[in-house]
Amino acid sequence: MSPKKIILRFDANVSDKPIIYRLVKDYDLVINILKANVNPSKEGTMVLEISGEKYNEGLEYLKKQGVRAQPLAEEVFRNENKCTVCGACTDICPSGALYLERPSMEVKFDSDNCIVCQACVKVCPVRAMEVRF
Amino acid sequence: MSIERTYAEINKKIQNGKAVVLTAEEVISLVREKGIAEAARQVDVVTTGTFAPMCSSGVFLNFGHSKPKIKMQRVWLNGVPAYTGIAAVDAYLGATEVPEDDPCNSNYPGEFRYGGGHVIHDLLAGKKIKLEATSYGTDCYPRRELETYITLGDINEATLFNPRNAYQNYNCAVNLGNRTIYTYMGVLKPDLGNAHYCSAGQLSPLLNDPYFLTIGMGTRIFLGGGTGYVAWHGTQHFPGIQKDNQGNNYGPAGGTLAVIGDLKQMKPEWLVGTSYLGYGATLTVGIGIPIPILNEEVMRCVSVSDRDLYAPIVDYSEAYGQRIPGNLGYVSYAELKSGKITVNGKEVPTAPLSSYPKARQIAGILKEWIQKGEFLLTEPVKLLPSYKDGIAASTLEIKGI
Repeated sequence: MSPKKIILRFDANVSDKPIIYRLVKDYDLVINILKANVNPSKEGTMVLEISGEKYNEGLEYLKKQGVRAQPLAEEVFRNENKCTVCGACTDICPSGALYLERPSMEVKFDSDNCIVCQACVKVCPVRAMEVRF
Repeated sequence: MSIERTYAEINKKIQNGKAVVLTAEEVISLVREKGIAEAARQVDVVTTGTFAPMCSSGVFLNFGHSKPKIKMQRVWLNGVPAYTGIAAVDAYLGATEVPEDDPCNSNYPGEFRYGGGHVIHDLLAGKKIKLEATSYGTDCYPRRELETYITLGDINEATLFNPRNAYQNYNCAVNLGNRTIYTYMGVLKPDLGNAHYCSAGQLSPLLNDPYFLTIGMGTRIFLGGGTGYVAWHGTQHFPGIQKDNQGNNYGPAGGTLAVIGDLKQMKPEWLVGTSYLGYGATLTVGIGIPIPILNEEVMRCVSVSDRDLYAPIVDYSEAYGQRIPGNLGYVSYAELKSGKITVNGKEVPTAPLSSYPKARQIAGILKEWIQKGEFLLTEPVKLLPSYKDGIAASTLEIKGI
């Protein structure tokens, strides 16, 4: 099974539960945490890349714990016609999806590493980074 | 005997298809291999390029006369105001102008999605632009208002005139403060979270002619994808040499150019409307300047590499805005391009605002034009002030009235 990207949203009462541990231990899932954030009111967001045979059972477990899981439906992409290859996004991107190739100094976008935080969408001086639903 | 060439001799070779042209990037390895004297013998022209936001840009427009005529007192193009304090249907649209209803930074950080630079880009893309004008009405210009659509092809003139472009060198911007700041140097993260620079370095036009030996008034250039000319030195033209407190030399500082050209023959990919989050709208301008290798001294100047060129590191959280002199040291463009520099003992990731690949492309296009004999060099009518002129920046003091 190819890895699937999902976004998890959970409330304060879930924040202290070891849900990722259970997904690995009980459901034998291979998990790559692309992004994790718990805000001051202890509500959390997590972007995961998951693969494993018990994927559906794992999702069922999350649901029972009160975790809202949904596939990553939004995708950030680069409009190549607009991009001026300046590089201003490359130190703003937190996951290294946007980076400079050296020594050519070409700006590269590796969408596999994109966590859809959309920081680049606002920062891009020529609005070349776009969100697709 | 050392080589000497005239503009006329170089142009003759260009017309005969025999001129040897290299980009400012290509010439570096040639000089390393053969030395300055031999490289000067071999090469006739070196091309440079830069593609970066340049705020002091804009276009003079003449719309032609409506029936009945109007003496335009206020003008808007797609909602962006243009300056009309000139003749009846002339206006100057500045790159950083934004619509009167733009929330600007009242919704901090403002997005500045559309401004004068974007209108220029849309004109070049052949789009229809909404033109609105109002006036007080005169006996000879009775109309008081109009609303219509124009395209670049419809109007009489569109003359790009940029009072300050092609900065010779620029600051490397950092943030020593404890909150994210939004500047014309991009988003700067707190506590030295990142460093932004904005120069094509070894490809940059004025870093390849640091003493203004060849670039002057009337120099024909690549401007916005078409041809243009150097009109004058730019505003804030301070072509000094950077020195640290110990008197060490860090190369050229802040020369600038005023450039002019017919917008109608330029291309939208080389004049791009640009927005800086929390700062404003502007225009990204593509400029390429040919440097005639008149002698060995000119060849020595164009042979500089990123390792020889330095930017001052400046704190934009306080020092810049408060006009506090000094800087946090100098850093070479080679270090800046490596992706990290060290500031105050801390490793800081870097990112450029000036597109090096596009600068390389511009230098390549200009090289091709010259090789094909389509682009001849012009001898400046007047050279521009250099470090020898000792120009110092004036400041604006707030005086009581």
